[in-house]
Amino acid sequence: MLPSHRTRADTQGAPEGFAVELGRDAPLKLDCGVTLGPFTVAYQTYGTLNADKSNTVLVCHALSGDQHVASAHPITGKPGWWHILVGPGRPLDPSRYFIVCANVLGGCMGTIGPSSVNPETGKPYGLGFPVITIADMVRAQAMLLDYLGIANVFCVIGGSMGGMQTLQWAAMYPERVFTAIPIACAARHSAQNIAFHEVGRQAIMADPEWRGGEYSLHDTTPRAGLAVARMAAHITYLSEAALRRKFGRKLQNRSAFTYGFDADFEVESYLRHQGITFVERFDANSYLYITRAMDYFDMAAEHGGVLAKAFGNTRVRFCLVSFTSDWLFPTSEMREIVHSLNAVAADVSFVEIETDKGHDAFLLDEPELHATLGGFLNAAAEKRGLA
Amino acid sequence: MPQPRSVVLPSAAGVLPAVPARSEARRPTDIRVDLRLIATMIEPSSRVLDVGCGDGQLLDYLVRNRGVVGRGIELSQAGVNASVAHGLSVVQGDADTDLGNYPTQAFDYVVLSQTLQATRNPKRVISELVRIGRKAIVSFPNFGYWRVRWQLLLRGRMPQTDALGHQWHETPNIHLCTILDFAELCSAMGVKIERSISLNPKGRAAVLQRGRMANLFGEQAVFMLSRNGER
Repeated sequence: MLPSHRTRADTQGAPEGFAVELGRDAPLKLDCGVTLGPFTVAYQTYGTLNADKSNTVLVCHALSGDQHVASAHPITGKPGWWHILVGPGRPLDPSRYFIVCANVLGGCMGTIGPSSVNPETGKPYGLGFPVITIADMVRAQAMLLDYLGIANVFCVIGGSMGGMQTLQWAAMYPERVFTAIPIACAARHSAQNIAFHEVGRQAIMADPEWRGGEYSLHDTTPRAGLAVARMAAHITYLSEAALRRKFGRKLQNRSAFTYGFDADFEVESYLRHQGITFVERFDANSYLYITRAMDYFDMAAEHGGVLAKAFGNTRVRFCLVSFTSDWLFPTSEMREIVHSLNAVAADVSFVEIETDKGHDAFLLDEPELHATLGGFLNAAAEKRGLA
Repeated sequence: MPQPRSVVLPSAAGVLPAVPARSEARRPTDIRVDLRLIATMIEPSSRVLDVGCGDGQLLDYLVRNRGVVGRGIELSQAGVNASVAHGLSVVQGDADTDLGNYPTQAFDYVVLSQTLQATRNPKRVISELVRIGRKAIVSFPNFGYWRVRWQLLLRGRMPQTDALGHQWHETPNIHLCTILDFAELCSAMGVKIERSISLNPKGRAAVLQRGRMANLFGEQAVFMLSRNGER
């Protein structure tokens, strides 16, 4: 159990973050019908909440992300996944904003998920964990903000699955959101994306070490399956142009083919590395649950197929960003959201950024992304009265 | 309520460029003269959609000096990015294809400045403008301007003027018209012309503003339109 800030007395914060038990009095009703509570949510914060509690930025993380947005990851020691955007002098500056990020429901970094112990059985949930949705993740985040005493947030922001949560926030709690910045996402998961997720899940479940999801009881883990899932997914985060630029057909530390199935090519070696390192920090069952949540995501479905109805007469100020070479969440999908927001005359900005870095561009140092977010956030902060 | 204690991050000074501070409000003289004329036609504190807003010059001026609620659509990625980085609400989009999503009468004014002649279907665009806005303000280069006629008549060459600066083979302007042509189309469409102003080469209202003289001496024109029967 991570330390709760209720009991912490230090002033330097907790590098490993915080954890809080939520839903004891009012449990969370999940979309699947199951009632969850009490349950733990792990989160991380940067900066200070101002006196009138108007400077909160809620960062929503992606499929394989976590709450360690800008500080070193407790397992890998690597810099936070969005340290490029979050930090002093950056668009999301902790000296100006109180930045909060919670590990999603179903995750494996401290928030309740399939690897958590089921109090009824005393064993990890495994596949006994209820299937969760993007909306469930957002409800849990709303409960966390309630607990922190934050009624309204200045901004909800996220890329990929984080963008889905951002859209869901704007649709479910428009009165609590001043600005929403969904990046490289979609209002529904495409058939192609569901297909890739299915490949990943089948890879995990085909690994004999998965053991019906009860691998932890057998003191093992489906390393190979999870690594293959990550490798397949990682290809979708890049682009053909980026792969060609980075690797081409270059060979890995050799001058000729080995006429075998070793990693002859640099690109193979790179993908294997991605797979192996992912296994060190991620739980296989969490991967099943979180990919499922993304597959189920379809905001228009709840509104008779009309996405615009999800946003009604929204007063949320939107800034959407897509990337030209992102084929996982292509610009066309973002543009559909823009059209729906236009249909309700919403305050919306939409920028497509030219890059060959594919879907991953939202995590990388893209000067256009910085300029866009910096300009949008500055203008919005002025309107919100944030110095 | 508990006060979360946040992680203190190391400074990024020197690592990344600082977020640019917002620029000072542009003074009225900083925008193009024809845009300034359009700005005077717009009531303060109204809702404005600028279609083909370029780098957001007019929108920025209107937001800062006339307190309008401004939105923009721009085709070029560079224009959109500059506008959004400047704090304006602008989306990347195409006047030909992306106006249909906007609700009817959602704006007080819809501005289409020096863009109509580059659209594929100007007639449909005009009908969308007067549907979305209570008033539409349209400006375009006048192909009836005497210098244009002169170049074609006496030199036998495709005209190139300040308002029509491109060579024939590289121009984005595929639907050029004269002031009289435009007025005739509006009339045929049942679109009401609330005001029309022809501009001299300095971008100011020309001395001669009536009919054929305006068509001869106006280098550009600005029209304010509305759906018939709506004032």
